[in-house]
Amino acid sequence: MAIEVRIPTILRTYTGGEKSVEGSGATLDELFSDLDARHGGLRDRLVDDVGLRRFVNVYLNDEDVRFIGGLGAPVHDGDTITVLPAVAGGGR
Amino acid sequence: MLTISAELRDKIVAHARADHPDEACGVIAGPAGSDRPERFISMLNAERSPTFYRFDSLEQLRVWREMDDRDEEPVVIYHSHTATEAYPSRTDISYASEPGAHYVLVSTRDEAADEFRSYRIIDGVVTEEEVTVSAR
Repeated sequence: MAIEVRIPTILRTYTGGEKSVEGSGATLDELFSDLDARHGGLRDRLVDDVGLRRFVNVYLNDEDVRFIGGLGAPVHDGDTITVLPAVAGGGR
Repeated sequence: MLTISAELRDKIVAHARADHPDEACGVIAGPAGSDRPERFISMLNAERSPTFYRFDSLEQLRVWREMDDRDEEPVVIYHSHTATEAYPSRTDISYASEPGAHYVLVSTRDEAADEFRSYRIIDGVVTEEEVTVSAR
């Protein structure tokens, strides 16, 4: 089973510079744990003790996973997960 | 140093003025590795706030994929401050996640004066840089 996970520039220190890695799992949660076994510390950048980190966007194919179950979202062979840090800020 | 055309600089300022009193935000894409801002992409501020901005997540996916397809990267990430100076705030610094980008800040606090400044934000460290505005 292979699920492609596209990694943003700022997290490529965890993947040896690779912009795309592969993993497996039945849910996003399992997939991130699987990735963390080979890329230690990556999961912690994506997940905190409440769930998906607020200012990290995770997409399953074309959808934002916040709207389709978050960490519990089912994933399948052939899916593509894209991670993009949110672009945000402000005057305060 | 940021080198940017007058036309692009003016587009950023015009966007900021148009969205005042909400913060405006966007990207200028350029060929990967070139450090040349070329393609202006104004973004929706999903927060629609006078003190906070955030790119809409699905719009960001579309724009980032498009840049990838075109072999571009975000050379400039800009946003405006509506009541404070054009200097990165603590939230700006903590969320800066494109180490290769020039972070441009515009302030619209003064109707008469344009404040347009640029910074590198890498690993939580802000460094202001010179802005060279070219004729085209």
